[in-house]
Amino acid sequence: MPVYALKPNYKGERMDRVENFGGNLIVYFGWDEHRMFCAAKAFPLPPSTPFAAVMENVLPEAFGQHPEFSQINWDTAEWLLNNEPFKPQMNATLESQGIDHKSLIRFKTPELKGYASAGV
Amino acid sequence: MAAKKLNIKDKYRLLTRDLDWDFSYEDRKDAFPYEEFEGLKITDWDKWEDPFRLTMDTYWKYQAEKEKKLYAIFDAFSQNDGHLNVSDPRYVNAIKLFLTGVSPLEYQAYQGFAHVGRQCGGVGARVACQMQALDELRHVQTQIHAMSHYNKFFDGLQEFSHQHDRVWYLSVPKSFFLDARSAGPFEFMVAIGFSFEYVLTNLLFVPFMSGAAHNGDMATVTFGFSAQSDEARHMTLGLEVIKFFLEQHEDNLPIVQKWIDKWFWRGTRLLSIVAMMMDYMLPNKVMSWKEAWEVYFEDAGGSLFKDLARYGIRMPKYSEVIEKEKEHVSHQAWWTFYTHGHATGFHTFIPSDEELDWLSEKYPDTFDKYYRPLWEMAKEKEAKGERFYTTGLPQLCQTCQIPMLFTEMDNPNQNSMRDTVYKGERYHFCSDGCCDIFEEEPEKYVQSWLPVHQIFQGNCGGPEMTDILSEYYKINVGADNMDMKGSPDEERWNKWKGTA
Amino acid sequence: MSKVYIALQDNDESRYIVEAIEEVNEDCTIIHQPAMIRIEREHKLVVVREVVEEKMGRDWDIQEMHLNLITLGGNVDEDDDFFTLEWKQ
Ligand SMILES: [Fe+2]
Ligand SMILES: [Fe+2]
Ligand SMILES: [Zn+2]
Repeated sequence: MPVYALKPNYKGERMDRVENFGGNLIVYFGWDEHRMFCAAKAFPLPPSTPFAAVMENVLPEAFGQHPEFSQINWDTAEWLLNNEPFKPQMNATLESQGIDHKSLIRFKTPELKGYASAGV
Repeated sequence: MAAKKLNIKDKYRLLTRDLDWDFSYEDRKDAFPYEEFEGLKITDWDKWEDPFRLTMDTYWKYQAEKEKKLYAIFDAFSQNDGHLNVSDPRYVNAIKLFLTGVSPLEYQAYQGFAHVGRQCGGVGARVACQMQALDELRHVQTQIHAMSHYNKFFDGLQEFSHQHDRVWYLSVPKSFFLDARSAGPFEFMVAIGFSFEYVLTNLLFVPFMSGAAHNGDMATVTFGFSAQSDEARHMTLGLEVIKFFLEQHEDNLPIVQKWIDKWFWRGTRLLSIVAMMMDYMLPNKVMSWKEAWEVYFEDAGGSLFKDLARYGIRMPKYSEVIEKEKEHVSHQAWWTFYTHGHATGFHTFIPSDEELDWLSEKYPDTFDKYYRPLWEMAKEKEAKGERFYTTGLPQLCQTCQIPMLFTEMDNPNQNSMRDTVYKGERYHFCSDGCCDIFEEEPEKYVQSWLPVHQIFQGNCGGPEMTDILSEYYKINVGADNMDMKGSPDEERWNKWKGTA
Repeated sequence: MSKVYIALQDNDESRYIVEAIEEVNEDCTIIHQPAMIRIEREHKLVVVREVVEEKMGRDWDIQEMHLNLITLGGNVDEDDDFFTLEWKQ
């Protein structure tokens, strides 16, 4: 049952359809086991954004306050796109590598254990 | 001849049951159009009885007396500058959160019970709901009155009603009640009457209000306990509702169980805010959130569910997750508010060293391992003049609307994240509990008004964050928000106390 | 076994009610917390009107308890002469 309603065929208005974001996609980014940031962060990005721009602008904006951010070895970072292993293509756009509206991108940095090695 | 005093049972029968009538020329279904669509089967409303057997005349008499007592204390409180007796000015931030986040829920409870009171086919339930609606209206009014005194002396209380409808963290309590009120009348009764009132309001009103007393806030403890004196009746109504539904028809069991599962999960998520109020916002501590949880949820709730087992009801789904989370949620919630302190309508702060030690003592298995390092880092940054405010906007849960701040109980370093795809669109959740609720009724929850997404859609003004905060939220930027240290609240307090 | 409980505001009237509860309910536990008194007992707890009246030295309506009640746990039964909290299982 998609909803329990007084009348049959009730449909809810989808509040966050991609069309509502003025041409942007919402993409979430999370740094695993770094609790200094309480949750993953949301960004509105044009689908034509190359991943290189994410590396250059979005991630430093999101996570640059962490003392370990500058030490990240991106060659060993492990990525997940919507729970599936993922290898970002720097020169390809978000859209062309399967990053769609409300995608969640997570990365793990195995050699960095967080502030005081406590996952912070 | 002196009028003979009726005994309680006869009076209840005369002033409740006997006021009802049968429908002779109208279809009963037209009078009570909401009674069937939820699937619950009610065969005999006469089986309903209020164990307090409270009648309207007695109700007015005692409520009037409660109000008289309450307002006498409010008067004394303001005449004696009661705000100067609070333990520490940081305490008032809990009051700000209460007024913006909780008091408007009392109003929603009033609206909900007024509606449900009209829609129940049985007169006993209608009268009980009517009384509860009036109680809830009284609660919101007395709370506003009590806190209006603080509004004269502290920042952050002046726009509570406007803010309840808009501010990012206030969408959590607001949407909780909208979810219940937009359900059918019987789900509402299980949601608010049973799940919320029976177990969860105790956690809000009993240890927290006792904490208010312990922090010198006589106004709040008085309205809290005055409201809570109605709550005993609300709890009893909630329990009677459940028993009544289950006794009416065996087919009701799975429906009622499903609602219990949903609303206990929704309720525990909502109470993360109360958890941090207890552990972080009360300078003088009464008990930890974990202890309160053990007394009111595990012991009291445990007895309740043991009693309900005779109807086939089991503990709410994910109780084992809930049990583990009591060690974590208050810390995770306060860290979230602390790091978003530029966007809150109250002040946040690092716990004092004594408070950190108290937390270590109360949470020996988790605090030093997971949460003290957060505060050590915050202290280090603050000492360097870089008070930590996080950038950007967090991802929110589609169901509870809380930032996705909860972690996996088998790896508390990692945020818990779930998602599902419905009609080609992906939705994100903080937990299996929230994901299940969405999947049961996706057409309902696709409508969530998620503050972060609303900002990105341009519906909240901006795009500059300060414009959103000051113009759309009506937060007085620079006074209401930011750290307690260096705030106008702190400065005034020091002047009053001669410690400036 | 499950415990029923009742909490009352810590004030003059409640003091008599608590005394009356103590007298009637063997082995109940009384816990003082800021501004409130909590009374617990295994399985069942009764408030008897007559005993409260004796302690207060005046007539007392069992429904007056609503004025000082903070919270309770257990199935409620109330009559002119008593107020009972009980877990059936
Ligand atoms: Fe209330
Ligand atoms: Fe209530
Ligand atoms: Zn959630």
